[in-house]
Amino acid sequence: MRSAQTRRLVWPLLVLALLVAANAVATPRFLEITVRGGRLYGSLVDILHFGTPLLLISLGMTAVIALRGIDLSVGAVVAVAGAVACTLIESAAEPDSPSAVAGAVAAALAVCALLGLWNGFLVAVLRIQPIVATLILMVAGRGAAQLITGGQITTVRSAPYREIAGGSVATVPVTVIVAAATLLLMWLLVRRTALGLLIEAIGGNAEAGRLAGIRATGLTMAAYTFCGLCAGLAGIIISANTGSADGNNAGLWIELDAILAVVIGGTLLTGGRFSIAGTVLGAIIVQTLSTTVYTMGVPPESTLVFKALVVFGVCLLQSPRFRAQVAAPFRRSGPPRPPSNTATPAPPEEDDVKPEAASIADQEPREVRP
Amino acid sequence: MKKALSAAAAALALAVAATACGGGGEGAQSGGDDPIVLGFSQVGAESGWRTANTESIKQAAKEAGIELKFSDAQQQQQNQIQAIRSFIQQNVDVIAFSPVVESGWDTVLLEAKAAGIPVVLTDRAVETDQKDVYETFLGSDFVEEGRKAGRWLVEEYADTDDQVNIVELQGTTGSAPANDRKEGFAEIIGEHDKFEVVASQSGDFTRSGGQEVMQAFLSSHDDIDVLYAHNDDMALGAIESIEAAGLEPGEDITIISIDGIKDAFRAMADGKINLVVECNPLIGPQLMDLVEKVHAGEEVKPRITVEEGVFTQDEAAEALPDRKY
Repeated sequence: MRSAQTRRLVWPLLVLALLVAANAVATPRFLEITVRGGRLYGSLVDILHFGTPLLLISLGMTAVIALRGIDLSVGAVVAVAGAVACTLIESAAEPDSPSAVAGAVAAALAVCALLGLWNGFLVAVLRIQPIVATLILMVAGRGAAQLITGGQITTVRSAPYREIAGGSVATVPVTVIVAAATLLLMWLLVRRTALGLLIEAIGGNAEAGRLAGIRATGLTMAAYTFCGLCAGLAGIIISANTGSADGNNAGLWIELDAILAVVIGGTLLTGGRFSIAGTVLGAIIVQTLSTTVYTMGVPPESTLVFKALVVFGVCLLQSPRFRAQVAAPFRRSGPPRPPSNTATPAPPEEDDVKPEAASIADQEPREVRP
Repeated sequence: MKKALSAAAAALALAVAATACGGGGEGAQSGGDDPIVLGFSQVGAESGWRTANTESIKQAAKEAGIELKFSDAQQQQQNQIQAIRSFIQQNVDVIAFSPVVESGWDTVLLEAKAAGIPVVLTDRAVETDQKDVYETFLGSDFVEEGRKAGRWLVEEYADTDDQVNIVELQGTTGSAPANDRKEGFAEIIGEHDKFEVVASQSGDFTRSGGQEVMQAFLSSHDDIDVLYAHNDDMALGAIESIEAAGLEPGEDITIISIDGIKDAFRAMADGKINLVVECNPLIGPQLMDLVEKVHAGEEVKPRITVEEGVFTQDEAAEALPDRKY
């Protein structure tokens, strides 16, 4: 199990290495890291810094997806977090005092946790399908964010608030520290206690989990709350980055990037098995892609196509069947495929646990049968 | 009473437009002092710019003594078409609207034409094969805004023969302001060999977009002289990145941006932006003037540009208190 999961990570890791290598060739300074203004500086640092919100959301999304759910509302929650925090700071008597900022951030996070809890309630108690349940908040949340900000972009000049994104501790950006801390916390909770096991049990087979005596309802609600909290934290960082809350655009479509990151990382949308390390890799790949587009000068018109091609490549690499077919001509045991092979629909993708030779041997007779 | 009056006014408009079609005219009273009734359908309230646009129209209507029927389409074309139909039923004198999207207006515009109600477009144009379905289009000339930015840059760097490296933050890919502002700017700087756009990416008109893209530009290009941003929000985001890189925005990198929102004027007063090309939402007075002309049956040009200025750092502090958006 462990080794199969590690093997699964090889492919995204390879893609990431290729992306970084391509960048290093195209932009000589890409790998350079210097210290400017008491803070690490360079493209690699940028990727981690700007990738932090996506990483946080992807972590929350991983927990939800592992329970066979999905959360489409994270982008809206991002907007709500920024709107609540900025509006509170703006109306505070002393926007520059750390306590006012801490209060505003705490309030924003509390609101986001509540929103997550609401999602969990809809899914776990009312048994509404996750995609529908969270769609409600995806639409309503952005509306609420616009209401809070009055449809305008709220600008804050509070120095402590700006420090959340712009500050650094021993030259390491605060954002990166926040991401690392959240990651560590989640890893400890999930992999150093039985929590991960319970999540995989319910996600893999809810009925079996219930019969084994696992309280699925509470666990599901906790997962959605955690996801809401992560989205809230991401929203604070996004808003602190520019010192403004933009109800219309903050976190727009980030839910899709997050789902993509989770899936690239090898977590199955069908629930059950999940990989935290994979999600981290996935989020970094998605962010590296954006940075690649900017530094390499891919024309804006072809940006989406470029991203799609890379994602397509990752998905192909992760498909055991595709790898087996590419490898087939180079194997002595596997003769070149007959042309009719390509016309038959591919069987549903299987897990990586099976050795490649076995899977191809398994498929060959299946195609002769009809 | 009011209804009878507006019906009478509509009958008058019918006669002026000379497209008689059945509709019953109730005894025409002389409508000399009747207020003109204007039906206006706004896109929504998605930005400070739009809110200022709405306020200006409401204010100007009041001042001009024009009765305004205002409707907010909340970004939906369907709502807008409904609003225009209801204006036609209410027999308003003139209809004005900012189209949510470019196409799909033929039917409702023909309905307005059949009812003899003149239509004025504001801010955004429509695509239509029909002729004479609207009187005029009052809006900003985005290409000209780009040209203005280019002209200032050419003048500012007139004394130097060194190459000037420009990075460009484009608006949302494919949107009219992004396309046109890029085109107008390229047209002017293209006449001089020393200007070169070394990088150009979309920042989606947002602050975070501008910040992230500028950060990447700064890491991959050594000698950026000028930043040209298609709107103020992206420029404001980029300023964050420039400061994070240990450079002085406005000093080490010359910054040009378009729109003229209050935050940009504040940044300009602080010396962080060098030039703001105005994209003026305060079209109310010009619109009311047009409505009166159209209502009186006067000929108007099919395309009218909004009066817009260019602001430099010297004027920023002075202009700041007057900025309404």
